[in-house]
Amino acid sequence: MSGVFGYDVAIVGAGNVGAAIARELARFELRVAVIEAGRDVGAGTSKANTAILHTAYDAKPGTIEARLVARGYSLLAGYADEVGIPLERTGALLVAWDDGQLARLPAVAQRAGQNGYGRTRPVGVDELYAKEPHLGPGAVGALEIPDEHIVCPFTPVLAFATQAVLAGVDLRRNERVVEMERVDGGWRLETSRGSIKAHWIVNAAGLHSDEVNQLAGHDEFTVTPRRGELIVFDKLSRPLVRHVILPVPTETTKGVLVAPTVFGNVVLGPTAVDVEHKDDTSSTTEGLAYLQEQGQRILPELMAHEVTAAYVGLRAATENSDYQLLTDAERQYVCAGGIRSTGLTSSMAIAEHVRDELGDAGLALREKPTGLPVVRMPSIGEAQLRPFADSARIASDPEYGRVVCFCERVTRGEIRDTSRSPIPPTDLDGLRRRTRALMGRCQGFFCRASVAATLADQGGLDSAGLQGQAS
Amino acid sequence: MTGGSESERVDVAVIGGGPAGLAAATSLCESGLGKVVVLEREPELGGIPRHARHQGFGLRDLHRSLSGPRYATRWVELAASAGADLRTETQVTGWTDTGALELTSPRGRSLLEAHAVVLATGCRERPRAARLVPGSRPDGVLTTGALQQLVYRHGASPGRRAVVVGAEHVSFSALLTLSHGGARAVAMVTEHPRHQTVAAFRAGARLRFRTLLLTRTALTRILGRARVEEVELTDLDTGEARRITCDLVVFTADWIPDHELAVLAGAALDPGTRGPAVDAAFHTTRPGLFAAGNVLHGAETADIAALSGRAAAESVVRFLDGDPWPGFRVSIECEEPLHWIAPNSIVAPGSGVSSPFRLRALEIVRSRELEISQDGRMLWHGRVKRLMPGRSARLPGGWTALVDAGGGRVVVRVA
Repeated sequence: MSGVFGYDVAIVGAGNVGAAIARELARFELRVAVIEAGRDVGAGTSKANTAILHTAYDAKPGTIEARLVARGYSLLAGYADEVGIPLERTGALLVAWDDGQLARLPAVAQRAGQNGYGRTRPVGVDELYAKEPHLGPGAVGALEIPDEHIVCPFTPVLAFATQAVLAGVDLRRNERVVEMERVDGGWRLETSRGSIKAHWIVNAAGLHSDEVNQLAGHDEFTVTPRRGELIVFDKLSRPLVRHVILPVPTETTKGVLVAPTVFGNVVLGPTAVDVEHKDDTSSTTEGLAYLQEQGQRILPELMAHEVTAAYVGLRAATENSDYQLLTDAERQYVCAGGIRSTGLTSSMAIAEHVRDELGDAGLALREKPTGLPVVRMPSIGEAQLRPFADSARIASDPEYGRVVCFCERVTRGEIRDTSRSPIPPTDLDGLRRRTRALMGRCQGFFCRASVAATLADQGGLDSAGLQGQAS
Repeated sequence: MTGGSESERVDVAVIGGGPAGLAAATSLCESGLGKVVVLEREPELGGIPRHARHQGFGLRDLHRSLSGPRYATRWVELAASAGADLRTETQVTGWTDTGALELTSPRGRSLLEAHAVVLATGCRERPRAARLVPGSRPDGVLTTGALQQLVYRHGASPGRRAVVVGAEHVSFSALLTLSHGGARAVAMVTEHPRHQTVAAFRAGARLRFRTLLLTRTALTRILGRARVEEVELTDLDTGEARRITCDLVVFTADWIPDHELAVLAGAALDPGTRGPAVDAAFHTTRPGLFAAGNVLHGAETADIAALSGRAAAESVVRFLDGDPWPGFRVSIECEEPLHWIAPNSIVAPGSGVSSPFRLRALEIVRSRELEISQDGRMLWHGRVKRLMPGRSARLPGGWTALVDAGGGRVVVRVA
């Protein structure tokens, strides 16, 4: 039967969730494809998140999300150490700005406990200002969440996908699934590039997971994209803040946070506004003004610093308050949709869950004797030893001493390496997520042309396209 | 730092190999100083003039009119023949606790100790993000700096229909670059009531490029998916918004000094210029660290940056001869609508150089009468040539002799 089926499993979507599932399934004797409509892995809802490793302290108790975020936390923290994903163990302070908020802190701690997280601790106002001396005036107390950390928003999905590809998974970028048809023993997928047959479909299509769900003959949920605007401040502001500074959540929103980033910046955001279109990643005058107003209260000195970037993420929110994990064993379909901003943390746990669902439904999971290939991701975190600062590395290869992106100190050697990696970048955005090039304060004033030329040269890409020339 | 770094000692390290840095190094070498090193992070020396093809470089410093690249080459030759040690592909990434410079180059990671350091890292234009312009994030949004490199150094054609934000000298230079790159500038927008360049540039732009100049207008939104498709322009007087079709947006001017190394050195920044605060002799607040050229403030022309480097060199020589680093200083602050003044602090009156001050405003100010006072005491009252963004007024420095070294800050305001 398998003769006519190119794949045992076809995963639709190569974001954090899809890539994590691909990596998990790559452990087994399976033929797996990941079909990604975008130009790159992790280029949809995955690329714009607040980059926090969540403890699940504030998840709704009893939900799948609460369970998988907690499990995903330990999986991703361990994986980060294993493959070199930038992770800084900053901890978080959930700050109360008035007595009403202060009164709600015990309930926050209690909910954390219900989610299996027992390490929260009340912090008095003096200790709070000692820990965060630049915090705006008026805070009355806080709850410490010592294990809420900052993590690289880009490297996890690249690590998952790289490991999957090295283990033989077929990553198909730039291919959109347009139709899915049940055939005997599985599915036939019509895509923008042709036809694929697979026994099982796994829906990890993020913002489009409701549409793929419908293509599979289901109709359990609708994704309403929720826009989150974020402002990234200049690295010179980094000394202003040590922890993730969280607001006290309300029934309707998690609110605006201030956090350091693993690249050495400070991020302020997100807003949360439901929008109509799944590609509406526009920032707004109102959103940016609201963030500045919030920032002025939380960390006033931050507002005197230069803004390095403003970006927008869309979360795949649904009308249901939990992840949409569904298995239709009869139709050989698993859905991992409606994964919201916690998906970065939970992705590896979702992958385990999907693996078990597939196994329970009858997919033979025979482990490969070789296990997963070892990967080591590039050191792009500020707390890591980066190539430009690594004497031994430059001595062994001078290309690591040739800085091409000056603000972020990205070297020619790193652009070369990523161009030769299993999943090379195909555009400047992809390069940015892999190396930090062009992510800095000058946004290309000094180096855009030469960075693009280097990528074109090293990656064998079309120079005109990369230079942003009009087509 | 990791192990294995080598440390080297020199007399003066100049950070930045543009006009200011090269001019400083040239003068330092001509003064007979021992070892002067210029650290340039790019593969090539010369700085920003390399990217500008128009004539007119070198009028005030070299007393001739050259194209940008010719001018840059000339300064490289002067510095080299004076005996400066010119190192390219060498980026200063920070300072050690003991004040040595941390360097990265293809030759390795190393430390450099210098008796004096001249910071000449220049300035850059604020990109779209720093200006918080809302909208989508398509391709086709550049600064003049990025545009000039694309067109002149990589032969790229950046787009077809451009909207230029800003109407200063550099904005008109962007028009020329666009035309060389095969793009037409359909509109130039400025929030001010008129352009801030010389009339000849404006007239040239109108005749040659037929570019529409929209004053009192803000670019309030960028639209487009993969590529810029439209921009929204808002009339600041009526609040009326309209859209213009274009595939390229060039953000010009709105300068910010490249001040990272000054901040990392612990040198104070001036709140107006956002560059390191300096006195008339280019001393920052960190002993041994001088700053010159456009790192001190929004961009002046290359020749003025070079003259600044040359003047800073004189101070460096005196410092190396044993002149003490100024301790106490009085700061000079501007009141709005003035933007900045440079230099922006005064050490013991009457000492050191008394160079003229440069002054810019946040908007085009009708009155050109200024007054300068300290603790309510008038130090100077007079008239300057212009008060506007993008072009400096020069202010004589004689009044500094009247400053009370033990008094409060000096305030400059429009009378």
